[in-house]
Amino acid sequence: MNRSKPITGELLALKNEIEGYAIEAGLDFFPQIFEVCDYDTINILAAQGGFPSRYPHWKFGMDYDQLSKGYAYGLQKIYEMVINTDPCYAYLLQANNWVDQKIVMAHVYGHNDFFKNNAWFSNTNRKMMDVMANHGTKIRRYMEKYGQDTVESFVDKVLSLENLLDVSELFETSAGKRRRSDQVVQEKAESTEDGYMFDDRSAALKSFMRTKQRSNKKEEVKKDDDDVSAERPLTVKSRDVLGYLIQFAPLEEWQADIIGILREEAYYFLPQRMTKIMNEGWASYWHSSIMTTRALEASEIIDFADKHAGVMAMSKQNINPYKVGIELMRDIEYRWNRGMFGKDYNECSSMKDKIAWDTKLGKGREKIFEVRKSHNDITFIDEFLTPDFCERQQLFTYKYNPRTGRFEIDSKDFLAIKQKLLSQLTNFGQPIIEVEDGNYGNRKELLLGHVHYGVDLDVQFANETLKNLYAIWKRPVNLRTKYEDKEVIFNFDGKELKTNNL
Amino acid sequence: MDHPIKRDHSRFRKIVKGKIRDNLRKYVSQGSQIIPKGTDKFTVPMPSIDIPRFRFGDKSQGGMGQGQGQAGDPVDGQQDPNGQPGQGEAGEGEGKKELDVELTLEELARILGEELALPNIEPKGKKSLKSTVDRYTNIGTSGPDSLRHMRRTYKQALKRQISMDSYDPENPSVVPIRRDFRYRASDTKVEMQNAAVVIYMMDVSGSMGDEQKEIVRTESFWINLWLKSQYKDIEIRYIIHDATAKEVDEHTFFRTRESGGTLISSAFNLCKEIIEKDYNPNEWNIYPFHFSDGDNWSADDTKLCLDLLDKVILPVSNQFCYGQVESRYGSGQFYKDLVAKYGTQSEKITLSKIKNKEGILDSIKEFLGKGK
Repeated sequence: MNRSKPITGELLALKNEIEGYAIEAGLDFFPQIFEVCDYDTINILAAQGGFPSRYPHWKFGMDYDQLSKGYAYGLQKIYEMVINTDPCYAYLLQANNWVDQKIVMAHVYGHNDFFKNNAWFSNTNRKMMDVMANHGTKIRRYMEKYGQDTVESFVDKVLSLENLLDVSELFETSAGKRRRSDQVVQEKAESTEDGYMFDDRSAALKSFMRTKQRSNKKEEVKKDDDDVSAERPLTVKSRDVLGYLIQFAPLEEWQADIIGILREEAYYFLPQRMTKIMNEGWASYWHSSIMTTRALEASEIIDFADKHAGVMAMSKQNINPYKVGIELMRDIEYRWNRGMFGKDYNECSSMKDKIAWDTKLGKGREKIFEVRKSHNDITFIDEFLTPDFCERQQLFTYKYNPRTGRFEIDSKDFLAIKQKLLSQLTNFGQPIIEVEDGNYGNRKELLLGHVHYGVDLDVQFANETLKNLYAIWKRPVNLRTKYEDKEVIFNFDGKELKTNNL
Repeated sequence: MDHPIKRDHSRFRKIVKGKIRDNLRKYVSQGSQIIPKGTDKFTVPMPSIDIPRFRFGDKSQGGMGQGQGQAGDPVDGQQDPNGQPGQGEAGEGEGKKELDVELTLEELARILGEELALPNIEPKGKKSLKSTVDRYTNIGTSGPDSLRHMRRTYKQALKRQISMDSYDPENPSVVPIRRDFRYRASDTKVEMQNAAVVIYMMDVSGSMGDEQKEIVRTESFWINLWLKSQYKDIEIRYIIHDATAKEVDEHTFFRTRESGGTLISSAFNLCKEIIEKDYNPNEWNIYPFHFSDGDNWSADDTKLCLDLLDKVILPVSNQFCYGQVESRYGSGQFYKDLVAKYGTQSEKITLSKIKNKEGILDSIKEFLGKGK
């Protein structure tokens, strides 16, 4: 299907030009591939998380539906999309005007550099394009074999748990990694013995074939050791709920494989969810910098300013990650250029001196490159958000006022803002849920615990989620949480939902 | 070949079908301010399916914003569901709630038709109306200056100059003279059309409360919508009545609160006058709707009403619809009287009882389901 095609002619020349500026600026990126496509294609791609091929599922159809309508009614428009792969693919909307394409390209090089260098992305699979396509093939096959409705409704259930991820899984321990690489080496050895697999096959293909072998092996193991399930180590605490289920839930082979597939995809997207502000800030910093210092023609300034301002628009209801990100990056650069940090600066009590502070340190650029390498949104905000910055950016928190029935500005206090931002970013904005006990009450019930940081769960949703979890665990499931200041356990035993006070 | 996502899409739509009905029901019954904007647009939620997840309750969670203001100032506007403008990066869509999206009336009417399984209304042969329309689609050589077509005029002048070899590409001046002038001219087209008139009559006597009027309002909005999608030009007349009836505009129809006794016949009389004056039944599809709480002043008046219906209104109408809104004060007697006379299966009369807001959808179906 040729819905998108590589850029040629003028656009290609533009790409080379912008790429030159990016290199000159010191960006370090994967080879960049731009393709152009029409709005429908870009909607399709966006609905599929940027990938041209995904497993069949109505949720992509839903997103497509919303994006298409949004586009048709002029509510939103996607200018560009960039995917964390090597080489890095980015899609440009055909209808963009010339200045848009310039901005977008410069922006994309920022993302590309971020994907390549930010530590949280270091273990993401850069051949995800192929992996996703393989996942599609596998799930389609399962559908052929077990029926579309069966497989799809199972996928729905797993998607219900898709946000229960363990951030630390992104960095496996070195021991774990060694074990895994051993396994890979071993498997490689096995496969070359077969004379079956060549080394230049893509990693994705290998992973595809490996699960097959693994599943064969697993079956053997099962036969060997029938009561393995009876003594499963059910008391490990884990936030990687999907991983836990793969290991310990009574699943069919295809079900385990599907959980594995969805888990892999969820972890692939996780770093992007954890670095939204930084990633957009970094890319915006670079499109702005490249455009204003190099790429922009005098005649394009107004168009650029207009577009840029649109992207940076502040909202009273939401934090715009583009805006906060770029401003914070610039603030860091400014502060490190003038040495506005450290003990002396912090302890200086004269506002006048502080404002005029300049040690001519000149380490701004260096610092932001360092920041983009090692931080995620939480540490980024935690370390670099300053009272000055909050005031300059007019940040505030708001909350619902039941008396007036509207949302009102609550506080412009630095600590309150920081607190609110951090709590919104904690665990990529999702509640922290961990598996506490896989043999709860010694009845092989599953006990999940919600680590409560002040905000209650949505009870309706929690109950529905428990039902889905039950369908996978096949024994009663429990969720321990706090609701309206009381410790409670929600329980679903396959028939009814119960709430037990502790 | 279509992209595989089209299959996902149609699957989604199919799933929603089971669900959209609920959405639509909720939607209609709440009368959730489906106000036409401009000429024919309004907002409607996009269907979406929320996969249940462990997530935070929204209640009083609050949020963060950027901009001017002091503590206590309202965070104006509504929550912007589409937070970020401009570029979007490959990633995960978060927090998909219902987005407000503008649909055209036609689309909504189509959805309504699909969801309610309403039959398309067949235009009746004898009521097809010929009409002539003048449209400026032609070009003529004479006309008033105000209709002069500059482009055509200059084109003509250019042609003339070239053919006379008086055009010099080096000095491209084109000067039209009198006979180059071209004018927009009208074409007369004969159009066939089905004309329909809806006459709403509402009882605004003391017993009809705000809730009852809200129901009438919501229901008549949706009925209008469907009929508009079926007929090219639809005329709507509004009559309110208590002991006397008068014709009013749309605004008044939905907002008046009067009080007093009820003489339904007064409305029927006025309806009859309107039909006789403006709508020849040979050319018009006539749909009288009457909404009331069923309380009529006297049995005599009811008799008069039935008489009017029988002799005048029914013979000329496609369908007479009577919707009775349940009210604390109304006796509901008129419905019973109509049932006694025409039965519930009558061809010409559709009766519907609307218990509460939730009943609106069923009632619409009863009214329009016959496809007349």
